[in-house]
Amino acid sequence: MMNKRITAPLLALYLLLSLLPIYWMINMSLKTNEEIVSTLSMWPHDLTLDNFRTIFTDPSWYSGYINSIIYVGINMVLSVGIALPAAYAFSRYTFVGDKHLFFWLLTNRMTPPAVFLLPFFQLYSTVGLMDTHLAVALAHMVFNVPLAVWILEGFMSGVPKEIDETAYIDGYSFPRFFIRIFLPMIKSGVGVTLFFCFMFSWVELLLARTLTSVNAKPIAATMTRTVSAAGMDWGVLAAAGVLTIVPGALVIWFVRHYIAKGFAMGRV
Amino acid sequence: MKTQNNRAWFLILPVIVAVAFSAILPLMTIVNYSVQDILSPTQKVFVGTEWFQTVMRDTELHGALYRQLLFSLSVLAIQIPLGILIALCMPADGWRASLALVLIALPLLIPWNVVGTIWQIFGRGDIGLLGYSINALGIGYNYTGDPFDAWATVLVMDIWHWTPLVVLLCYAGLRAIPDAYYQAARIDGASRWAVFRFIQLPKLRNVLMIAVLLRFMDSFMIYTEPFVLTGGGPGNATTFLSQYLTQKAVGQFDLGPAAAFSLIYFLIILLFCFLLYNWMQRVGTGDSK
Repeated sequence: MMNKRITAPLLALYLLLSLLPIYWMINMSLKTNEEIVSTLSMWPHDLTLDNFRTIFTDPSWYSGYINSIIYVGINMVLSVGIALPAAYAFSRYTFVGDKHLFFWLLTNRMTPPAVFLLPFFQLYSTVGLMDTHLAVALAHMVFNVPLAVWILEGFMSGVPKEIDETAYIDGYSFPRFFIRIFLPMIKSGVGVTLFFCFMFSWVELLLARTLTSVNAKPIAATMTRTVSAAGMDWGVLAAAGVLTIVPGALVIWFVRHYIAKGFAMGRV
Repeated sequence: MKTQNNRAWFLILPVIVAVAFSAILPLMTIVNYSVQDILSPTQKVFVGTEWFQTVMRDTELHGALYRQLLFSLSVLAIQIPLGILIALCMPADGWRASLALVLIALPLLIPWNVVGTIWQIFGRGDIGLLGYSINALGIGYNYTGDPFDAWATVLVMDIWHWTPLVVLLCYAGLRAIPDAYYQAARIDGASRWAVFRFIQLPKLRNVLMIAVLLRFMDSFMIYTEPFVLTGGGPGNATTFLSQYLTQKAVGQFDLGPAAAFSLIYFLIILLFCFLLYNWMQRVGTGDSK
């Protein structure tokens, strides 16, 4: 492998540069607004936790987090739930139109959310789903379901087919085999898929903001409306930003050993 | 061998229903709008390809398209080699690898408008570290005033934001190469470059394909980050396709042209992905895999 004396500093440099903007946000979240807009300071001279206090005590702020977590949760469960049988079918059987179907699924991942903005608005208004968590969860399925099928199919193809056959000979029915034997074998794959679904749904704003107004408003949308009479409330904004990283960092810590494997096995 | 089984369709049915509800129905609405002039909810006129012709002749749109292409190609040209390089630098295992993996992935988990907000401050010449440092080097830098600076800032932001995805994918691909390959190379006395060129790069082909496709699609659809960072300005230096579309559809409420534009937009992405996909498959077959 490459010489450690070159790779280690290179990696360290990349990490340093990549963490700087994040450090800057954490730095801002601990400052007062006066300090943020008046001077450049590498660390807070006047350390304050007021920004975080504002978020945890004001319902219009913390409800944003709850809304985001609810719709991301619904989306993860629905996406992975329907992607599991589909991925199994793609990995185990050939059937009429399977290759075309797989590519067609991927094309949905290629549609810009901006294209769907207006039709989604009208469709969800018509069926009365506007401003519900379900609406955002369903909308995000457009890009998460293809991705979930894609990743899961890779993991499932890694399980030898003999396992299925032996189980059927032993008298297992399909649902029982799938839940009792097959799922535990690919649980790292399910973990990785959940992570990617979480990530893409958590960070998406355009659709989430368009489909909600009050009841299901995501935290990211709340953050766009912090302009007050006194100008931007940068400190609170940064604090909210810091808090949006926390759930993701937790999720990634739990699946860190499997993240890398997910795509290596996927087919294209 | 896979079994031929058409009942497998039943297993896929839920996916098809879900995607049909959230993709085909909306797409049909768009097709519907793109060929009609909607005067009021009850009054519609069929106009054929008029909107498509309008869109094709729109010079502002051409500008946005060129900017978009230049941006996406720059993204690919920088992020893919950088991602491979960083993945090669990653430790193979142990706590260092775990830690590096988690730290590298952090930028991916930040909501897109928060990304824009961070960089908005980070790039400011008076109170942001990046802007301040560049100015301190004696280079005039002002992303809100200078079109080139704005464009470069959006590009650097995207590199910061998305290179981690390429690193994750390449890291995964590298870990999947069996040790026997490296041993054989050592016996042959292969140089470091030869190991990369003839062992690692061919083995990375599959994950690189995913990386290139995902990065291309997503950079082509970029909306939130430049919207928050620069609002498309100064002038329209950073107005990319998505933003132009949203301006038309939501801002000016030009439904017909916006719908026609949407369809063309979608087809462009599809075409490029298809070309990239085929090109990469052909490139791969030349290698000893």
